Amino acid sequence: MQALYAQLLVGLINGSFYALLSLGLAVIFGMLNIINFAHGALYMMGAFVAYFLLNNDYLSIGYWPALIVAPIVVGIFGMILERTMLQWLTGLDHLYGLLLTFGIALIVQGVFQNYFGSSGLPYAIPDQLKGGMNLGFMFLPVYRGWVVIFSLVVCIATWFLIEKTRLGAYLRAATENPTLVRAFGVNVPRMITLTYGLGVGLAALAGVLSAPINQVRPLMGADLIIVVFAVVVIGGMGSIMGSIITGFALGVIEGLTKYFYPEASNTVVFVLMVLVLLVKPTGLTGRAA
Amino acid sequence: MTALTDDTLPVTPRAIRDEMIVFVVMALLLASVPFTGVYPFFVMQALCFALLACAFNLLIGYGGLLSFGHAMFLGTAGYCSAHALKVWALPPELGILVGVAGAFVLSLITGYISIRRQGIYFSMITLALSQLLYFIYLQAPFTHGEDGIQGIPQGRLFGVFDLTKPTVLYYVVLVGFLAGFLLIFRIINSPFGEVLKAIRENEPRAISLGYRTDHYKFLAFVLSGTLAGFAGSLKVFVAQNASLTDVHWSMSGEVVLMTLVGGLGTVFGPVVGAFVIIAMQQYLAGFGQWVTVIQGSIFVICVLTFRRGVIGEIAHYFRRSL
Amino acid sequence: MMTKSIASFLLGTALAVTTAGAAFAQDKTVKIGALSDQSGLYADLGGPGSTLAAQMAIEDSGLAAKGWKIDIISGDHQNKPDIGTAIARQWFDVDKIDIIVDVPNSGVALAVNNIVKEKNGVYVNSGAATSDLTNAQCSPNTVHWTYDTYMLAHTTGQALVKAGGDSWFFLTADYAFGAALERDTTAVVTANGGKVVGGVKHPLNTPDFSSFLLQAQASKAKIIGLANAGGDTTNTIKQAAEFGIVKGGQKLAALLLFLTDIKAIGLETAQGLNFTETFYWDMNDQTRAFSKRFAEKMKSNAPPTMVQAGVYAGVRHYFKALEALGGNPHDGAKVVEKMKSMPTEDDLFGKGEIQPNGRTIHNAYLFEVKKPSESKGPWDFYKLVGTVPGDQAFTPLSESKCALLKK
Repeated sequence: MQALYAQLLVGLINGSFYALLSLGLAVIFGMLNIINFAHGALYMMGAFVAYFLLNNDYLSIGYWPALIVAPIVVGIFGMILERTMLQWLTGLDHLYGLLLTFGIALIVQGVFQNYFGSSGLPYAIPDQLKGGMNLGFMFLPVYRGWVVIFSLVVCIATWFLIEKTRLGAYLRAATENPTLVRAFGVNVPRMITLTYGLGVGLAALAGVLSAPINQVRPLMGADLIIVVFAVVVIGGMGSIMGSIITGFALGVIEGLTKYFYPEASNTVVFVLMVLVLLVKPTGLTGRAA
Repeated sequence: MTALTDDTLPVTPRAIRDEMIVFVVMALLLASVPFTGVYPFFVMQALCFALLACAFNLLIGYGGLLSFGHAMFLGTAGYCSAHALKVWALPPELGILVGVAGAFVLSLITGYISIRRQGIYFSMITLALSQLLYFIYLQAPFTHGEDGIQGIPQGRLFGVFDLTKPTVLYYVVLVGFLAGFLLIFRIINSPFGEVLKAIRENEPRAISLGYRTDHYKFLAFVLSGTLAGFAGSLKVFVAQNASLTDVHWSMSGEVVLMTLVGGLGTVFGPVVGAFVIIAMQQYLAGFGQWVTVIQGSIFVICVLTFRRGVIGEIAHYFRRSL
Repeated sequence: MMTKSIASFLLGTALAVTTAGAAFAQDKTVKIGALSDQSGLYADLGGPGSTLAAQMAIEDSGLAAKGWKIDIISGDHQNKPDIGTAIARQWFDVDKIDIIVDVPNSGVALAVNNIVKEKNGVYVNSGAATSDLTNAQCSPNTVHWTYDTYMLAHTTGQALVKAGGDSWFFLTADYAFGAALERDTTAVVTANGGKVVGGVKHPLNTPDFSSFLLQAQASKAKIIGLANAGGDTTNTIKQAAEFGIVKGGQKLAALLLFLTDIKAIGLETAQGLNFTETFYWDMNDQTRAFSKRFAEKMKSNAPPTMVQAGVYAGVRHYFKALEALGGNPHDGAKVVEKMKSMPTEDDLFGKGEIQPNGRTIHNAYLFEVKKPSESKGPWDFYKLVGTVPGDQAFTPLSESKCALLKK
């Protein structure tokens, strides 16, 4: 029984990564109608930026500033992508956005691989978060505890920003009827660019958070993207709350699978997706496609 | 949201005649490959993928259904054929039959589960099903995990054609491809194909006209899956192995790319797209680490500049359906 | 215009005849194909470095001065058996290569094995782990250098059990390679009086290992055997440190680990790890000299991994066989036969031999990763713990299921 508690907690920790990543994906899909296949590559970029900030002779910025700087750097990169490429796809089928971002992901991963090799770079846990505590049923590294709390805060803040503030209301309105919102004097294209930057920044943030846990390597996001996709779909495309809850839930379910049938732990998300879509054709909280 | 395909072009008897002319030219060109310096194995591989892409195109280009799990048909047929040929030691024609039957059964099951889902949810449920299948193949002992089934005997087709001879194999694969292609061409231009297009354009209207749309979509799904399986069975003879990469989701993605690059919803687009992508994998291999960057750039350029695909753009320019 | 083209035609024919004549007398042209993963998971341990190693082998052999013409091409199999076989086939049919080297990734390696046999080429594999290459699927055209799962399992397993690590828990990647490693190690552990108290199979490319590590921790096993590779292994080691596994008294044994992996994890985290390799750049003066030359030519200035060293040594030995044959390098089985008949000796692996099944026998070394305080340079990572002679490290011929042995 104790082991089970431990698995549940570990699952929750993993869930926070899923939640952060799928949140970004859901924001981008909800506002731009683009399935951002480059999300995994941008997550990887976040981890790399953190690495540079730490290991550059001139900057040598530690973990804490990286939590803010890396999402901004990658966010700006994302906004450039949106301005130069993605904005030309407005109004076209999802497929084109998917293909374009897939191409971007290939380029980004390829370039990083050329310069940093495939096996990755070391990134240590910041001193303040080293060590762990014994919870009785398991040994919990402090850093993992920090990840859960921090990502929960970020998730809720993002949800609040989009669902409860005036800015969020404009955003949601702009996706429904851009012309009308423009008539109110809102610069809709700029707002969309910023939204993409926000979604991408969230991916980069997840990257910084995972740098001390996972190897910082060019392909670290390549396999994750398909799972995160599944999370967004199960939660209902474009639903912010749906993807946050599904993200955490998937982490827990995966944790349980790792205990009872570990071989299937990467597959369980797809079983879940089939089941959910069979019962609720547009995901748990989603609107029609 | 605009439609994926260019439907301003009329489908007239004249257009069909034009397409037949192009088909004959294509068949002649392909038939003459062994007499040119072009490397036949490359063409054979491309032909298998071309057939796969055509089958996929039947579903999306004419049925409006984007399957993100078409690799499962390719891989399933491949494994079935490979097992039949190597372990049961069946002759090639029966090996192909086993593979196609496997893909047929699979498409019945997956089609039944997925066909009522709409849009992106349809794509996602096909993706999920193919991932489940990937897991099953990883676990099942007969696939030999990541080592795959290797060294599959090619044998003699109908006891006459010696498939170990590259030229004989080439023409067998070519005939298989052309037969599959013609079948798809026939389906597209049949009343059934017209109904499919009507459903793609406006499903509620098709329903109000009295068509049982799910029925038609299901049939298209099964046809597409089975033909994709046929491509997988042919590929076993070319590559002489069956491996997990054929069932992986990235293969499903590759099929989407081939079709898009060539031209979605065009008759010849998938063929061109398959040749482009396979050639890229083959001839860019020498560039080493830059391969992925070059591939990525091509996709980006493709989407940004010629979205209709190679054939789609040509067809649009000449205002002909191809 | 007309006369000119006729003249050039005649000239061309004349040239063709003379070269054909030369070829008949003594064909000394060789073409090497370095087939590897140039852009994926194995690009660092093989990839461009393997091509470089083969090039250095060409230069060091001095064959060019003796009238040989040696070319090399490289290709990226992208870890797909299909692409690997297609490239290999095309190399033999169109580019007329004689030998394929490297080929990491067991699935691709076995697929290429069949092609080389069919085309009667030479196959010097250094990158793949599967012992099937010289076992059930052995071929008269194949030589397997450097390492295989059997050797890794035996060397590491035996050494650790003898050092008191008599209870094991396995973290196994859920595919054929992981299963083979676990199976072989289990056999050694139990044969030496140890026992396996449990294990867990994880899917390939798992980003998080904490669940599995908790299970390993709860098992109280003295040794946690990592029967996985690449990113999975480095992530496991990193997260094991986070969960205080090593501090808690349990020991990690990575069954397959490369120099580049240690670099990626960092000494701080990796210190104290035990694992087996057959080559390390800092073994002796010869290996240091070679590695220095190698690192200068590498973009990352990295010394060679054992896979890249194996490519170098394999190609050198291949050239020795060619020299002994005097020319006509295009009958692969004949060349491999010659290679097997000659003892191997080179600066990197020392003395050894190639068994009739194609397995190259050389020393294997058990290493331990240094503490950060002990490391004196950017690549100074290993401490030598023990040496296992080749005949004890690799599969004994009596256990091999290779058909070539049943003559």
